[in-house]
Amino acid sequence: MKRTAMKRTAANSRAVRRTVKQRTARPMTRCIRHAAVFCALLLLALLVNITRVQVVQAERYADNPANRRQVIARYGQPRGAILVGDRPVTGSTDTGGRLRYERTYRDGPLYAPITGFASQVYGTTFLEHTEDGILSGTDSLLSPLPLWNDVTRAQNPGGKVVTTIDARAQQAAYDGLDGRKGAVAAVEPSTGRILALVSTPSYDPTSLSGNGRSVERSWRRLNADPDKPMLNRAVRQTYPPGSTFKVVTAAAALDAGVVTDLDERTHSPDPYRLPGTSTRLTNEGEGCADVSMREAFTWSCNTVFAKLGVDVGVTDLAATASGFGFNDPGLRIPFSVAPSTFDTAVDKAQLALSSIGQYNTRATPLQMAMVAAAVANGGQVPSPYLVERTTTARGTTVATSSVRRQHRAMHPATAVRMRELMRDVVERGTGRNGAIPGAVVGGKTGTAQHGIGNAGVPYAWFVSWAQGERDVQPSVAVAVVVEDASADRTDISGGGVAAPIARGVMEAVLGE
Amino acid sequence: MTKPGSTVATEYEESPKPWLSEPADPSAPAPRVPRRRGIELALIVVAVLLSVYGYCDVGLARTGTVPPGAAGYGAGLGVLALLAHLAVRRRAPCADPLLLPIGVLLNGLGLVLIYRLDLETPGHRAAPTQLVWSTVGMALFIAVVVLLRDHRVLQRYAYVSVAAALVLLTLPIFFPSVNGARIWIRIAGFSIQPGEFAKVLLAVFFAAYLAANRGALAYTGRRIWRFSRLQLPTGRVLGPIVAIWLISVGVLVLERDLGTSLLFFGLFVVMLYVATGRTGWIAVGLLLAGLGAFAVGTLEPHVHSRVEDWLHPFATIEAGQGPNQLSQSLFAFAAGGFLGTGLGLGHSILIGFAAKSDFILATAGEELGLAGLSAIVILYALLVERGYRAGLSLRDPFGRLLAVGLASIVALQVFVIAGGVSGLIPLTGMAMPFLAQGGSSVVTNWIIVALLIRISDSARRGYEGEGRPTP
Repeated sequence: MKRTAMKRTAANSRAVRRTVKQRTARPMTRCIRHAAVFCALLLLALLVNITRVQVVQAERYADNPANRRQVIARYGQPRGAILVGDRPVTGSTDTGGRLRYERTYRDGPLYAPITGFASQVYGTTFLEHTEDGILSGTDSLLSPLPLWNDVTRAQNPGGKVVTTIDARAQQAAYDGLDGRKGAVAAVEPSTGRILALVSTPSYDPTSLSGNGRSVERSWRRLNADPDKPMLNRAVRQTYPPGSTFKVVTAAAALDAGVVTDLDERTHSPDPYRLPGTSTRLTNEGEGCADVSMREAFTWSCNTVFAKLGVDVGVTDLAATASGFGFNDPGLRIPFSVAPSTFDTAVDKAQLALSSIGQYNTRATPLQMAMVAAAVANGGQVPSPYLVERTTTARGTTVATSSVRRQHRAMHPATAVRMRELMRDVVERGTGRNGAIPGAVVGGKTGTAQHGIGNAGVPYAWFVSWAQGERDVQPSVAVAVVVEDASADRTDISGGGVAAPIARGVMEAVLGE
Repeated sequence: MTKPGSTVATEYEESPKPWLSEPADPSAPAPRVPRRRGIELALIVVAVLLSVYGYCDVGLARTGTVPPGAAGYGAGLGVLALLAHLAVRRRAPCADPLLLPIGVLLNGLGLVLIYRLDLETPGHRAAPTQLVWSTVGMALFIAVVVLLRDHRVLQRYAYVSVAAALVLLTLPIFFPSVNGARIWIRIAGFSIQPGEFAKVLLAVFFAAYLAANRGALAYTGRRIWRFSRLQLPTGRVLGPIVAIWLISVGVLVLERDLGTSLLFFGLFVVMLYVATGRTGWIAVGLLLAGLGAFAVGTLEPHVHSRVEDWLHPFATIEAGQGPNQLSQSLFAFAAGGFLGTGLGLGHSILIGFAAKSDFILATAGEELGLAGLSAIVILYALLVERGYRAGLSLRDPFGRLLAVGLASIVALQVFVIAGGVSGLIPLTGMAMPFLAQGGSSVVTNWIIVALLIRISDSARRGYEGEGRPTP
């Protein structure tokens, strides 16, 4: 009995010791609080992470190209219109799909080199690309108040882009080319407003809107087409300018004082042996030996201008060429223009060829229109531009084309004499097809050789300007290039093929 | 080992530390407990009005008109909520007044979000079905509140619960897998996710078992090293519970429902810790979690790809395969910003599959913004907090553990799925409580709320000396 009691006491004291030792066990209330804190931390971590995603990273995620929201928002409202005159040449159709509004074009092929396309699959080009902020409504200038839309998440309706294009000139150029491969660029010499910009063969940008199967088919068909209908030949394709470059060479010779009198006989052999080579340069016609600059320009004597270029020298000729806009990779109208080139690393033989628009001399039709415009504008080259102004959807002006700087390409006195030379070409020379009754027209033809061994069908060029009877200054300068005017080689000439097209465009502008 | 349901465990109650428990003197005149049923009713009205407002807002944003079903929807939700309120008023008059309104608001918001997403998938309408399930859920809520007079009754059914849970977890293995996971069973055209119900049953079992054995679990075992507070339990005590845990997790891995398995694991660790107060449990838990996560993450291709997606959410975009669901979900959250696009104006449907269920939070994030999403998270936090509060106020260990377990289920589930869709942790499929499309989930969550109502009623009644366990 006593022993069991003692045992019990021992057991009790062990139990007591154990309890003392086990103090580390926490009471349940504390543990519940700990668990509650743990749950609170979990939810807090959630909040922190949500803030990270929704605020800190939001912009990065929104700009991720795989995030379709910007695209959906972009097509969630009709795109603003591009206007020619006061007539929109673009529209929108409601497809009801996720990318809701699709672009449509009126006279798509006619205006494709200006508008470009706005495709839900293939992006945008030309004005649709450069003016996208206005047209899609994302440009902050469209907002009634700064940051207003950031708060309300409202979207501005797409604004309008008013172009400088003259609808009649554009149509005349398009009709004149009549489906032949070529391009026309026309500018207003005093301002640089682009009046016409045509490239053929063309395509209908509507066929690239939307995101259906047919769009993909059109895209593949247009890209595979050997005629390259999506190529904007007026600004994105350079051609050897051929004899039309003689305008630049003549201006350089006059500015440099190499020629002082238009009617003085030059010392120019025919044929002309290119310096340092045995190659003989000839002319298409007879009677070019030692003729005056006036005759050489009127009848487009290669030998005279090749020698003139060599006499002027590469430095002065290159300076004049870049004065006209050659070798300028930065020209934007507002979309970029392929740079026209005049090679300065040349020997004398190459310089001779460069001076008559061959060798590495290449120009876009727009560049050659600028050359004609400089002559018409007293020696000043206007910066060409295509957007007259942009407005909100309701018509409030957002921006207008500012007064643009003009570059001096030649002395004003030289410009006067160049106008004389170009008028001679139209009045009695190679460019008689460009003449317009009752208007003063100056021009220059060109037939550019190209291809390996000059085997390709030559390009027919015509650059010109025209001044109406009652106008104080020329109101239009045009450049036309026709790539494959005819299979018959003898028919290819600037005067025969290109000049009538230019005349049509000039008449369209003068007739207003 | 002691049988669950016995009162052996009470000898370890913290009665010598009265400052940790509720008012000490049971003989003192009981203060009148404020019942706050009026507050509950007012909050329910607010919750129903908010839901109806959201419903109308969707219609106004999309078509400029109030959707035709608005009145019916509001009336339906209102009547259900009112019936639930009457049940609480009658059978659990001292219950926490926040629990039911939070449930009603979250359920109403979920219906609005699903209705909103239905507009994007006209051929596949989920809101009507969800409304039916919500009705079933609230009916079960009422049934639980009316029929379960005392939560301690559940303690008797610990082993029945665990058996039922295991059966429920095993059932889907015999049904075809859906989207890579075998977690559904189909009965009479209805898809049921038995794992959802198993959560509650397992919580009941864990609570009962741990309440009965917490002493043995807490006070035996060996320390890992001297002077350390880290103490591992003995294998004999740990055995049965680990076995059951292994079975449940094993079944889930077989069924590829990893979210639920993560949830069970977390629940298990939290409840063990609360029951025993042993940091050793946390160490064991973290160790097991680490090993399990590593093993499953490297061996199981399904999980491995989830981990890869989490680490590099935009990998598929960079590979030129387009955005995956997680990146679409992140895009949706990001599009919401501070204030959201407004209901009906987002594009979260781009997430595609599971936009109405697992990814429902992305819709909330995009259309309600950080503000709305924070409000939703705070609603969940409140729900959890009220659960824990009930647990703290109770005296009986089973009730306390059950309250903690149920509240933790909500917290863990919200964390696992919300963290998954917002890129905080690897994504595991799971339903956002109350918000997500899914009948089993909404029914289960209503049962959880009903149990918490019952527990909180007992807890607050405890002041009156009614719900006190007899010594």
